This record gives sequence, structure tokens and C-alpha cells, in this order.
Amino acid sequence: MSIDWAALGQVFGISLAVTVAMVGVFTLGIVGSSRKAAPEQGGTAAAMPGGAVGASPLARTGAYACFAVCAAVVAYGIYLIVA
Amino acid sequence: MEHITLLIGIVIVTALVFDFTNGFHDTANAMATTISTGALGPRVAVAMSAVLNLVGAFLSVEVAKTISGGIIDEGSGIQPEVIFAGLVGAILWNLVTWLAGLPSSSSHALFGGLIGATVVSVGLDGVNGDAIVMKVLIPAVAAPIVAGIATLAATRLTYRLGRDRSPEDTAKGYRAGQIASAALVSLAHGTNDAQKTMGVITLALVTGGVVAPDSDPPLWVIVSAGLAIALGTYLGGWRIIRTMGKGITDIQPPQGFAAQTGAATVILASSHIGFALSTTQVCSGAVMGAGVGRKGAVVRWSTAGRMVVAWVLTLPAAGLVAGAAALLADQGNAGITAVAVLAVLACGAIWMLSRRKPVDHTNVNEVGIQEPVGAVTAALRSVAPPPAGAASAAPEDGTSDDTPEQTPTPIPAVASSTTR
Repeated sequence: MSIDWAALGQVFGISLAVTVAMVGVFTLGIVGSSRKAAPEQGGTAAAMPGGAVGASPLARTGAYACFAVCAAVVAYGIYLIVA
Repeated sequence: MEHITLLIGIVIVTALVFDFTNGFHDTANAMATTISTGALGPRVAVAMSAVLNLVGAFLSVEVAKTISGGIIDEGSGIQPEVIFAGLVGAILWNLVTWLAGLPSSSSHALFGGLIGATVVSVGLDGVNGDAIVMKVLIPAVAAPIVAGIATLAATRLTYRLGRDRSPEDTAKGYRAGQIASAALVSLAHGTNDAQKTMGVITLALVTGGVVAPDSDPPLWVIVSAGLAIALGTYLGGWRIIRTMGKGITDIQPPQGFAAQTGAATVILASSHIGFALSTTQVCSGAVMGAGVGRKGAVVRWSTAGRMVVAWVLTLPAAGLVAGAAALLADQGNAGITAVAVLAVLACGAIWMLSRRKPVDHTNVNEVGIQEPVGAVTAALRSVAPPPAGAASAAPEDGTSDDTPEQTPTPIPAVASSTTR
């Protein structure tokens, strides 16, 4: 009996890397498009995409870039399912 | 399709019923955490999953040529009776695990059923032992571990990166991301699992000489299989959704996003590389990983333990039922009729039992029920006691979570008090 350890290892490695990368990039997008938690509560709770108050233009641009990367990966995922 | 015999017709109907149970059994995989984090309302979630399952059924061009992936020797005179018995075993096990609210692999149930029926009808030679280990046992062990570790790491990372953001600000974004990941899982599920039923029906048609061997499934097979799985998904296995979305651990938006993304990634990576992992086990593992990854979250290992027991039992249990069914079905038409009648009666009985304590879209997010503690979980709990000190998980809970928090108070381990 031959267990395909190589394939299993590949699945593990790729899954770990892609999951962490995707979640990380998406979180950066969320962090970039929302403002720091201010000590005073209240204000606009609308975090994304348009109503980000307090996020600098640079951070917001970076955040959109992060979301674009995520969208591209999702598109690739759909491609994998269809193909 | 003029020459469909009664038996082939029964097999087709049974296959569609299995497809249906497969759908409502697996709604939880894509939508359990999506519902529990509030990313989507329960009904919207199942409707979306159903549509994507239906779309997925039409998407793939690769037709399931073998229904069991080489586990049983389909060339050695596998009769429609065997397929029928195998399907009956799989359906009944799916219903029993649904009644218990436990996510278990529908594929494993189908494999187990076919193995049991083949062993009884053809003998042990008809079953490929190596393939069982490669396609069932190792993936079953690997899937939750791979998905769990990936999600654990991702959950840690996302909480660390977003630590100076208030949960109210980020919840919306996480929920949006989670919907995308859940959509991918639903789509992949439709492609994979609807294909399986198409393969079963096509094989039955081939053995009946209705279509030529190695032919693609006729359009009506694709349509009916897609519709069956979508309908099952839409009705929703609310019991299983509750277990996965609320029963294992309390899922917050970042965790739900991490878990669903991890699940989607593992499913796509594994099927792309050719080491298919069971969707159910991947998703359950991801939820556990997300639970371990958040500080202060409580993972109810007793529930997880019951799930693992169900996974272990799936193959033999479905096999035993299918074997008994095959024994009866081999007796000719009367036997087949008897199996069909008994199967319908058993399904009805399980349905009646489920009505005693119905779970539907209205109460899917409520967990407050005292779970009956079986002997196995009691033993498991004594080995690994849950962290009872961390009971007040996340007091500043940003989600609209108006359900009473179930504190994991040690329920007295009365052996298997069946209070259902």
C-alpha cells in the first residue's frame, strides 16, 4: 500500500499558506479601511467600503488593493471549480 | 429512455433521494457559521447555497465515471440491486446523523453503503482495501487536522492584525468576506456531490442497457440530480447547522471568516491536487480551529467528540445497513420491494422522531439544550476536561447575539440519558 504523502504534504502546505495569506490580506484591508478604535464610543459605525472615517487616503487605497487581491483569488477559486 | 425497468427506476429514485439527503446534510458546511455570525439570515443563506449548488451541478464538465473512485470493483458484475442496497444504507445513516445533529460525510456514507452491499452480494473480492485506506481513512484523519491548523493560524493572525480595531467596525467587512468564502464552498459542493449522484444514475442506466457504456449522463439526469441536491440544501439540515454554527464553539465574525476561508481553500487545494478531502470534515475541522484560535473562546470538545464518533461509525454503519438490504434485495423482486418498504418506514420513523423537537430556521441559533451525555463523551470529557474557567467568552460581543450563553457547566455524566 502506498500512501501519497507528497500529495498530502502539498495539500497541507498550500492550504496553510493560502488560508493564512488570504485572511491576512483581507484583515489588512479591513484594518486599512476602518479607523482606529477611539476611546470615545459612538460616531459612524459604517466601516466599509465608503464610509471609512479616519482612515487616511493612503490606507484606504491600500485596503482597496487588498480587497482586489482577495477578489482575484476568489475568481481563481471559481476557475478551479469550473475547470 | 423507454426501456427503463422497474428496478432501474427504483435505483434512480433512490439515488435522487440520497442526493436530497446529501444536500440538506451538507448545507451546514457552507452556511452554518455564516448563519451563526449573522452574515446572512438563515433563509437567505440556504437559498443562496441551494442556487449555487444547482449552478455547480451544471458547471463541471468532468463526469463522475466511477461512483466509488475504485473502492469497489465496478466491473465485476455489480448489479442494480447492489447499488440500490448501498444507497438505502447511505440514506438511512444520513438521516440518523441528521436526527442527532451530527455532521458526517455523505460521501463516506455512500462508500460504506456500497462496500457493505458489495461484500454481501459479490464477496470481499469486490472491495479494494487499499482504496478504502487511501480514499476514506487517511482523508478522514487528515481533513480536520489540515483545515483546523490552517484556520487556527489564520484566526490568530486576523485577531492580531485587527487588535486595535473595534469589533463593531470590522464585523461588516468580515461578514462580507465570509459570504464570498461560503459561496465558494457551496459551488464546489454542487460540482462534486451532484456529480456523484449523476454517476450512480448513469451507472444504473448502463447496467440496464439504457445508455451506452462510458457515455455522459443524459441531460435529464443532470437536471434532476442538480434539482434534488438544491432542494435538499434549501430545506436545510437545521440540526446540523446548529451543531456546527453554535454547538462546537461560539463563532464571531472574524472566526467565521477565517473558518470559511480555510475550508474553501482546503477543499479547492485538495481536489485540485488530487487528494480529495471530505467537505464535512474539512468544515468541522475549520470551525474547531477557529474556536481554538480566539482567546477566550470555548470549544465544546464533548460535541466535537460525538462528531468524531459519528465519523468513525459512518462507514461501518452504512455498510451494515446496506449489507442487510443487499441480503434481502438478492431474494428477487419481493426482497427489493421489502427493502423499499422498510426504507420508507424507517425514514418516516426518523422524521416522526425529529418532529418531537423540531429545529428550523427560527431557532437554529439557539443553543441551550442540555445535551445527552453518552458514555463515550463522558469518557472523553474525563480525559480532556473543557476549560470551564473561560466560560464567559467575549463579554464585549459585537454581534447581535441575543441567545443565552450556554455555560459549559459540567453536566453530571449520567450514562446516555436519551432525553431527546
